[in-house]
Amino acid sequence: METTTAVAWLPVCHTTDIPADGGACALVEGEQVAIFNFARRGEWFATQNLCPHKQQMALARGMIGSTGETCEPKVACPFHKRTFSLRTGECLNGDECSIQTYPIKVEGDVVYIGLA
Amino acid sequence: MVPQHVPTVVVIGNGMVGYKFCEKLLAKTSVFKLVVFGEEPRVAYDRVHLSEYFGGKTADDLLMAPLQWYHDHGVVLHLGDPVLEIDRASQTVHSRSGLIQPYDYLVLATGSSAFVPDIPGVEKEGVMVYRTIEDLEEIKASAATARSGAVLGGGLLGLEAAKALLDLGVPETHVVEFAPRLMPRQIDAAGSQMLQTKLEALGLQIHLSKATSSIAGEGKIEALHFGDGSILEVDMLVISAGIRPRDELAKLAGLEVGMRGGIVVNNEMQTSDPRIFAIGECALHGGMIYGLVAPGYDMAEVVASQLTQGTRAFTGYDMSSKLKLIGVDVASFGDPFIAEPHSRSIVFEDAHNGVYKRINISPDGKLLLGGVLIGDAEAYNMLLQTVNNKIALPPHPEDLILGARGAEAAEGAGVLSLPDDALVCSCEAVTKGAICAAVTDLNVTSLDAMKKCNKAGTGCGGCIPMVKDLINGTLTAQGAYIKNVLCEHFDYSRQELFDLLRINDIRTYDAALNHFGKGDGCETCKPAIGSILSGLWNDLIVKHNTIQDTNDRYLANIQKGGSYSVVPRIAGGEVTPEQLMVIGRVAHKYGLYTKITGGQRIDMFGAHVSDLPDIWEELINAGFESGHAYGKSLRTVKSCVGSTWCRFGLHDSVSFAIEIENRYKGIRSPHKLKSGVSGCVRECAEAQAKDFGIIATEKGWNLFVCGNGGSKPQHAQLLATDIDKDTVVKYLDRFLMFYIKTADPLMRTATWLNKMEGGLAYLKNVVINDSLGICAELEAEMALLIQNYHCEWKEVVENPELRKQFTHFVNAPKVKDPTMEFEEMRGQKMVKAW
Ligand code: SRM
Ligand SMILES: Cc1cc2nc3c(=O)[nH]c(=O)nc-3n(C[C@H](O)[C@H](O)[C@H](O)COP(=O)(O)OP(=O)(O)OC[C@H]3O[C@@H](n4cnc5c(N)ncnc54)[C@H](O)[C@@H]3O)c2cc1C
Ligand code: SF4
Ligand code: FES
Repeated sequence: METTTAVAWLPVCHTTDIPADGGACALVEGEQVAIFNFARRGEWFATQNLCPHKQQMALARGMIGSTGETCEPKVACPFHKRTFSLRTGECLNGDECSIQTYPIKVEGDVVYIGLA
Repeated sequence: MVPQHVPTVVVIGNGMVGYKFCEKLLAKTSVFKLVVFGEEPRVAYDRVHLSEYFGGKTADDLLMAPLQWYHDHGVVLHLGDPVLEIDRASQTVHSRSGLIQPYDYLVLATGSSAFVPDIPGVEKEGVMVYRTIEDLEEIKASAATARSGAVLGGGLLGLEAAKALLDLGVPETHVVEFAPRLMPRQIDAAGSQMLQTKLEALGLQIHLSKATSSIAGEGKIEALHFGDGSILEVDMLVISAGIRPRDELAKLAGLEVGMRGGIVVNNEMQTSDPRIFAIGECALHGGMIYGLVAPGYDMAEVVASQLTQGTRAFTGYDMSSKLKLIGVDVASFGDPFIAEPHSRSIVFEDAHNGVYKRINISPDGKLLLGGVLIGDAEAYNMLLQTVNNKIALPPHPEDLILGARGAEAAEGAGVLSLPDDALVCSCEAVTKGAICAAVTDLNVTSLDAMKKCNKAGTGCGGCIPMVKDLINGTLTAQGAYIKNVLCEHFDYSRQELFDLLRINDIRTYDAALNHFGKGDGCETCKPAIGSILSGLWNDLIVKHNTIQDTNDRYLANIQKGGSYSVVPRIAGGEVTPEQLMVIGRVAHKYGLYTKITGGQRIDMFGAHVSDLPDIWEELINAGFESGHAYGKSLRTVKSCVGSTWCRFGLHDSVSFAIEIENRYKGIRSPHKLKSGVSGCVRECAEAQAKDFGIIATEKGWNLFVCGNGGSKPQHAQLLATDIDKDTVVKYLDRFLMFYIKTADPLMRTATWLNKMEGGLAYLKNVVINDSLGICAELEAEMALLIQNYHCEWKEVVENPELRKQFTHFVNAPKVKDPTMEFEEMRGQKMVKAW
């Protein structure tokens, strides 16, 4: 993924660490980042691991999928199934809360997260 | 000014027909003042579905309309206050409480009472009839302690009462009939024979050609003595020997009554006093008492029409009927008995499956005149319509009773091909045209909405399958089709997908999505397909971990704060002191909160995800297995201590519970499964609250299914009585596999049964009588699942690749989630509040 602002790319894990069509959590400079390997679409996504609903460190353990005509990629929190767009971080159940997303790229078998 | 006289209609009797009359009259006019006297303490209720009271319906569920309805419509209702006298000269009625009520018109809807033959001893305790809710309560109370019960009378009502006794769990149920066969008034001799065989197979003991000469016992019934000298020992007796029209008031008032009872009426339902009408089961029309509700409703319509200057008249009524007796379809229609030379009969008999069908056709082969169906009455509605609408028969009329299976599409088309004026719901006089018009013009697309719209299907309910067919048929004809689909990614129901994945040998979620879905899936279809795949192949679920709900993904239940719980299997609740020490040691070492669960085992809470494999390694080395507390799968089979220690125990319930728990452990299902085994009727294991429950009896085991705790508790229902262990296991294999294959995602067995058309009777037929011919298949599929069992925690513990997945941080496997916080309470740890 290309971004215009200057970000620092940090290598965080190997591609094989993240299950296909699933997620895992990485510790990035003291932050918990959820990394998703959306193998079905050949895309990678990264978001905050904290679910804003009840402040649970759980999003990386959620199921991913898509919704709607546009096939918006999403993740469902394992606790109460709030869903969030993996692209924009917007809560798709109409709740006020949204989550932060991070730039992510894969080079070779290394996964990089971009921090501003 | 002189106040205008408001004409008053007084109705005596607030039963089904009396109520229906009020409803019909109010729908036509509001010029009358309506005053109703009812003898029973409650407002009119649905007597036809009285037996469902045993099945968990409450008296309120059965009401024809709530009390409020009467208030809202200005009907003056006097309940628990029977009319004792009609004074025709002054046009008043006198009630027991002393009310004197003038009338302009009087409607007698006093119904009938159970006919109690004059047998010495009928007054003894434990002898009952079956007509009112109060009767049912009495029967229920007696059945709780009875070891053996009998029903006097093998007619329609008698067999229904016998079913009630079976359902209430009376260990031995007898039916005593005076005639040489069952249901002599409705079905022919060959049909009776077939019915008898089927009922006997279900555990009813049937005694024919028996004249009961006396009822013996000291104050309370102990035995029946018969004319032939034989004796039957019973603790309770339900008399169902026919009905007696309640004509006593009419007789007292000098109205004409029939020789064998019943208030004589003309085609306008007028008695010998033109201001007084009689309707329902108390009315004698053309020498006939109609003991069914539909003709009663028609009579109500006639009187409502007469009082509003209408011209409707009553011209007799078809006595066709269809019912499900203890899971056996029984139907008769038109003239079931007509024979040569007035008709030719075609008979189909399948003794193996207990099916008997007879149709009587006119000698020229053009018209259907009537018939009898036993064991399979699917064709009933179509056949009845064919008789009533004088539809010309096809060239091979035998197809009508032979081609039943597999010809469903044809049957659907059949309903739509009926003439528009064909009466589909005879109780409420709703025609096919009216039903189809409601769909096309008013957008009524569900059965419930149809009931609200025109009341179709709200009477005896016999037409419901046809109403549904008509709704769906009309919708399909319009191009609309609403279907129960999984989610936006799959246009199939769970059951359809189950078959599709099986037939196409699909073994992964991705393959399923590629073949049958669209988009990228979601949190609804992923676990649902995961459950189907497990139900088909029982593959290791950790191999499909990203489509599982989090509990299944980490083989543990997630807790507040993100920690997990650990629940080893403790089959049947039996645990050794050594095992207890292991649990204690492990919990202590990993700092876990421990609690005895409601499922007779021990839960250890608060484990870090990265500790799970180590914890399980220790447990497995000590001989424990996964308890699947995280899965939609078998949880616990609770047991009571049973015959090994308990002074009341009949059999060894603990051993059986352990056997059952080990048989079905690990098998994935649409929702979780719970079970219990009790050693006697005291039911200490609460088996009747479970998805399947087993209770020891003197002769074997009773098997209950589809109970539920949760927010809407429901008692399990009796599937089979006094069966041996092998039969319990056989029926369970079939039952569970049928559930696994056909339920919707996250649907517990209770809801599944509630939604099942035909209900328990249908389920019994499938599981016990193999009515779908799939039992061998179900057993084989279950055998495969059992054979593929593995303790999934053992697999993880032994596999370094799988173990790696149990970390909080992929890039720092040793670091625990620093946000997790615990507090102390009563000497153990607790999670911090949200
Ligand atoms: C631990 C336990 C409570 C206890 O401390 O006793 C428990 C705990 C939970 N129950 Fe339960 N139930 C427990 C016995 C029961 C019982 C009693 C029983 O089994 O005899 C019932 C009522 C019986 C029934 O299910 O019909 C029960 C009805 C439920 C329900 C409602 C199910 C329903 O059909 O409505 C849920 C919610 C669900 O499954 O959707 C539920 C869900 C849960 C969950 C899994 C909620 C969740 O998703 O986190 C709890 C997880 C605890 C954990 O992390 O381990 N639990 N739960 C019991 C574990 C029994 C065991 O050994 O496996
Ligand atoms: C267990 C059972 C199952 C049945 N199954 C079916 C079925 O499957 N299909 C079917 O078509 N029919 C069935 N029936 C028959 C059906 O219930 C009756 O045909 C119907 O209830 C008749 O309605 P009714 O209003 O005439 O009589 P009822 O419903 O008996 O009502 C008469 C009412 O009048 C009251 N009453 C009598 N005298 C007085 C008085 N002097 N003052 C005030 N009130 C008085 C009575 O207490 C009673 O409440 C079944 C009946 C029973 C008992
Ligand atoms: S159910 Fe019966 S056998 Fe079992 S413990 Fe209770 S009383 Fe004893
Ligand atoms: S904590 Fe995520 S939905 Fe509630």
